[in-house]
Amino acid sequence: MAATTQNDSQLSAVPSYEQEQAQARFDAIIGDDSRIEPRDWMPEPYRKTLTRQVSQHAHSEIIGMQPEANWITRAPSLKRKAILIAKVQDEAGHGLYLYSAAETLGTSRDELNDQLLTGRAKYSSIFNYPARTWADMGAIGWLVDGAAIANQVPLCRASYGPYGRAMVRICKEESFHQRQGFEILLSLSRGTEAQKKMAQDAINRFYEPSLMMFGPPDDQSPNSKQSMAWKIKRFSNDDLRQRFVGMIAEQVKVLGLTLPDPELRFDEETGKWLHKDLNWDEFMAVIKGGGPMNSQRMERRRAAHREGAWVREAAAAYANKQAQSEVA
Amino acid sequence: MSEKNIWPLWEVFVRSSRGLSHVHAGSLHAPDAEMAVRNARDLYTRRNEGVSLWVVKSEDIISSDPDSKDQFFESPKGKDYRHATYYKASEGVKHL
Amino acid sequence: MKSDELDATLDSFGDALASATRVTPGNALRPEDIAKDGVKPSEQIAQYALRLGDDSLILSQRMSHWVSRAPELEEDVALGNITLDLLGHARSFLTYAGLAWDKTEDDLAYFREEEEFTSLHIVEQDNGHFGVTIIRMLLVATYQHLLYTALMESADETLSAIAAKSVKEVDYHRDHAIQWTIRLGLGTEESAEKMRHALEILWPYIDEMFTDEPLHDQLEGVAVRPSTLRAAWDQEIAGVLDEAGLEVPNVPQAMCKGRQGEHSEYMGYILAEMQVLARKHPGATW
Repeated sequence: MAATTQNDSQLSAVPSYEQEQAQARFDAIIGDDSRIEPRDWMPEPYRKTLTRQVSQHAHSEIIGMQPEANWITRAPSLKRKAILIAKVQDEAGHGLYLYSAAETLGTSRDELNDQLLTGRAKYSSIFNYPARTWADMGAIGWLVDGAAIANQVPLCRASYGPYGRAMVRICKEESFHQRQGFEILLSLSRGTEAQKKMAQDAINRFYEPSLMMFGPPDDQSPNSKQSMAWKIKRFSNDDLRQRFVGMIAEQVKVLGLTLPDPELRFDEETGKWLHKDLNWDEFMAVIKGGGPMNSQRMERRRAAHREGAWVREAAAAYANKQAQSEVA
Repeated sequence: MSEKNIWPLWEVFVRSSRGLSHVHAGSLHAPDAEMAVRNARDLYTRRNEGVSLWVVKSEDIISSDPDSKDQFFESPKGKDYRHATYYKASEGVKHL
Repeated sequence: MKSDELDATLDSFGDALASATRVTPGNALRPEDIAKDGVKPSEQIAQYALRLGDDSLILSQRMSHWVSRAPELEEDVALGNITLDLLGHARSFLTYAGLAWDKTEDDLAYFREEEEFTSLHIVEQDNGHFGVTIIRMLLVATYQHLLYTALMESADETLSAIAAKSVKEVDYHRDHAIQWTIRLGLGTEESAEKMRHALEILWPYIDEMFTDEPLHDQLEGVAVRPSTLRAAWDQEIAGVLDEAGLEVPNVPQAMCKGRQGEHSEYMGYILAEMQVLARKHPGATW
């Protein structure tokens, strides 16, 4: 196993000839824009960074099911109900694809899940805000999924093969997620006064948190540089953020609604979109567990795991009995 | 977390239509083979992606050793006479 | 074969080969097709379609609560598929029924009162623990599988078409329920006990599924007479329970008149939740 090689080598201060060779092979693969595959040797920090990023991404998909699942039983039409179920179900699927990718790095799903349930692992802080109205289904699809897609498309070319492949699959499937959200808002914006108000309110609440999904500003994002050198990330946080805000600035016009940002404008000089200062103190507070919904989100996940324990155990016991009776 | 309720990992292969090979699609957890193939159907063919599925326990897959990649995959290199494009003299001859 | 033809063939082959995740919508009967092309049913046929639609609607509403709460993520995806199938069946039957009264699927789902719903009591029963949901799925999917198989022979083309699409899906639900019933029945002592309990609390609602109504007499050759499904259902269920080390419980049958709009206490809450938003904005489009 590659991990063993690395641990052994850490015992000696001077890298062995084999390790230098392995590092050179790794660097060459990254340099060639090729892909690292699970059984290749990789530097331990690369493995750790990826495991953290991929599993956080997976956790976000799983926790991210909750705000939308909250509206499935109350969806205002049967067609919308079906679309919403399909979307939330996709999120479970995407979580699974990502856990699969993370597992190829040598950490089991069980361990990853344990990290989430015990609060050692993080997930996207936006899911710690409540989905209070039906219009939030629109805003989450349009803004939250939109920001996620803007983040994810470049990840399809991430240097770690299984992660890139999972992202390709996810991006293909998510193409409908953003559109359905936009169309929910479009229907509301063309509807009654109450519906229009509901749509604007949802955009007002999700605008800023969705911009923060791209992560802290570049000058406060210490890990970004290394991730870009490893070709896990291809663009900086700020760069992706300004591109996204430019897209939604145009799209919101189709809705006939507004973004809650008087400072939003395209800067001809730099060729970039400028937006208002974001409240990073709130962002950090939510990440640390102080968001309105952190406690509920975690408890719901823990409850599902706890209440499912007897089922998982029974299925495993049945499989064992079957295996034994086949041997006998 | 107890060992007794951990399900093994399975690799999933999907045949997207008749006439094509099964291609690796990803993996999943399931308690046994019967459930694994059903979970694979639910997870990897939600959008008509397949007409047939294989599942195999991850631990049962034997793969070539990446460290001996050179000795494994060096030999075919340079043997361009295995490829049709090597044979220039017959270029332009019909149905050949 | 001309060389450019060959190229084209190889290209398309390559495309397909490159992707193990080729995505197509697939061809199947959709509620939208029924709304557009469906022939207006008679009052009686509409009443019959309403019954089948209400069963699937209420069951899918119950099932949808599992999304994000299943015992394992793979099962979350599986239950989601089953819920979506049931909702699709409900939409098809309700859309067809609604043609008789110039009503949409949403008019029927969201703007009827409790006493106008015609669903069976078993589909409104609480999800309970996973074992209760699985036993309910086993009992209902086995029933629906037999029902739709027979309904494919209906003289009414639309009912027959909906049944033909739905029968394959409920067959999968049945299979899913059987797989879990066996595993939980034979897994651990705790799981077996939970399954015995699930059977006991759901078994009282069996007879209602097989009760014939005057409507079935009036729709000879169109509707399936529920009583004709009983023997096959009994046999199938007994077979599964036997394989799972479980038994048909010895409990009395409940007096249920769901088909006449008399429901259990669960129903008010189910409808309150399902209808609240739509009713707050009558006439709105979503």
